[in-house]
Amino acid sequence: MSKSNSKPISHYQNEWPLWEVFYQPGNGKPFEHAGSVHAPDAEMALQNARDTYARRNEGIAIWVVPTDQITATTPEDSEAFFDPAGNKPYRHPQFYSTPRAVKKRK
Amino acid sequence: MDTREKLDAFQKRIDNDEKIEPKDWMPDRYRKQLIRMMSQHAHSEIVGMLPEGNWITRAPSLERKLVLLAKVQDEAGHGLYLYSSTETLGARRQELVEDYIYGTAKYSSIFNYPTLTYADICVIGWLVDGAAIVNQTMLAKSSYGPYARANIRICREESFHKKQGYEMLAKMAAGTPEQRRMAQDAVNRWWWPTLMMFGPPDDESPNSAELIRWKVKTKTNDELRQSYVDQMVMEAEAIGIKLPDPELKYNNNTGHWDFGEIPWDEFWNVIKGNGPMNRERIKARRKAYEEGAWVREAAMEYARKKQLREEKAS
Amino acid sequence: MSTLETIPNSKKEVLVEILLRLADDRLILGHRLSEWAGHAPELEEDLALANIALDMIGHASALYGYAAQLEDKPDEDHYAYFRDDIDFKNIALTELPRGDFAFTTARLFLFSTFSYLLYNNITQVIEEEQFNGIIKKHFNEIKYHLRHSREWVLRLGDGTDLSKLKIQQAIDDLWMYTGEMFETDKTENLAAGYNLFIDVPVLKNEWMKWVTETLEEATLKTPDNNQYMFTGSRQGRHTEHLGRLLAEMQFLRRSYPDADWK
Repeated sequence: MSKSNSKPISHYQNEWPLWEVFYQPGNGKPFEHAGSVHAPDAEMALQNARDTYARRNEGIAIWVVPTDQITATTPEDSEAFFDPAGNKPYRHPQFYSTPRAVKKRK
Repeated sequence: MDTREKLDAFQKRIDNDEKIEPKDWMPDRYRKQLIRMMSQHAHSEIVGMLPEGNWITRAPSLERKLVLLAKVQDEAGHGLYLYSSTETLGARRQELVEDYIYGTAKYSSIFNYPTLTYADICVIGWLVDGAAIVNQTMLAKSSYGPYARANIRICREESFHKKQGYEMLAKMAAGTPEQRRMAQDAVNRWWWPTLMMFGPPDDESPNSAELIRWKVKTKTNDELRQSYVDQMVMEAEAIGIKLPDPELKYNNNTGHWDFGEIPWDEFWNVIKGNGPMNRERIKARRKAYEEGAWVREAAMEYARKKQLREEKAS
Repeated sequence: MSTLETIPNSKKEVLVEILLRLADDRLILGHRLSEWAGHAPELEEDLALANIALDMIGHASALYGYAAQLEDKPDEDHYAYFRDDIDFKNIALTELPRGDFAFTTARLFLFSTFSYLLYNNITQVIEEEQFNGIIKKHFNEIKYHLRHSREWVLRLGDGTDLSKLKIQQAIDDLWMYTGEMFETDKTENLAAGYNLFIDVPVLKNEWMKWVTETLEEATLKTPDNNQYMFTGSRQGRHTEHLGRLLAEMQFLRRSYPDADWK
């Protein structure tokens, strides 16, 4: 990377940290991930999230979370975490039969 | 290390149309290509604010002023979504920004042309955003999850950008003699540069094959360019605008419109920095970045002080 | 007394005059804010300033639209594009050049505090339904402008030494233009009589209290009120900056007035 005006790396200390933004698309709806914003603190993160991700009435409520505070599974976890759930068909309603007479009434 | 085994497994995921997510294993080269391409896309949105911003204060009605300001603001938003998705690859936004304002990173050459009359604003909406939509509709299917999602959001928002430009251009093309003159003149100036937006011809595009194999892109530059021309020929005709290419002709065999030779010398020249507005665009972005430094610093300093105070209090 | 000042002599004329005063403030300040598009200190703030500019120009447009309806003029653009600087009623504070981010922040904060108090109070007296509806609707957006600008005053005031210097300078430079917010004249007195407006000077104490509280929290000094105050804008006596602003804003529309530009 060639820079005509190179600055020392330390100036990144003034780069605003990243926040993940979640919004609630409507009353009673679960929150969805929208994306991220940079902001110096929580209040500005909320305002920046509002100005970035709610320009078209997308949401009625916003959460912001510092990106580095999120704990997530890794791809290596995925087999141990999620495959077992695939072996439990009895957790799903389709696993069970309904008497024909009841089905008809619906 | 990018072992053969891992590479094969990765390619298999791509071939199965799986999306790649930030924490998934990916070839180093895939990551690098994505960072290059996505940040270039982001820079383009941001630099793209300048030619259009040039007319916000002069828009000819309050309604058009609001539309234009909302549109330029959307470009900032799109740049932001794209930087965000690039950051999921471990890139730093500030570093990416410095790469184009002080370094050699590129942005779309189209924004190195000036907006001379208000008709340019209409034509940017119609032609430039029209071309961008063709491109971004493809990118919405990109193999990299965050990039695909950013493009889906962008496409959803951008449809009004093209429509408003086309609508106003149609009005001008059917308006007073002065309006008609401005409209046609703007199309004459922007048509060829918009064809260049899809990048060099396939046989001169070194990255294309790889990007297509990885399904970062799903169509070649020339394919995208052709579908753009086919669409625009119809739309120009519908509003009585002439596209400045005497060789435009419908080809019965291919079912597409043939077009004349694109002035590629100009394209390479502008990429090298020799377009009418390259220097001014970079200068404006540098100025904003440098004059904003004390503001960004103050906000961080305030946050640090506040945190210290809170720690002391507890 | 200005030779230009014409006293409206019907309720309708008074209402139009009030609408134009409110609208002009918002159009002109919105114009200044819109100049930031593409040039803000950070991408997120670019979006924020554009949002506020959109709100303000949108508010102006709605108020002009209502005035046009009352006066039987073609539309809102009549007022924005076809009046001269001596016809505009905005306070001079709104027309001063964009300045740096400290100036923009300080102006937005001083104006939004005023705007908040004004809208909050006039919705309680305006009996005209359509007018009241517009004001109520816009009030929610003004709340956000105040919140955003106030937070920035705190950050710049209590940020670095440099930011403190800059925001204090901006507050000091702007202070002589704040007097016009609380001036009143015959038109406004008449408007208050028709329940279309309030006696604006009553807002001054509360405005001072709010502004002082925020400035104190931001470790800044409130300037002395016993100083020269600019006056005359509400009667069309502006600074030199407005003429240039309008020249830019109006040139295309006025060059081709018969063309359809909507």
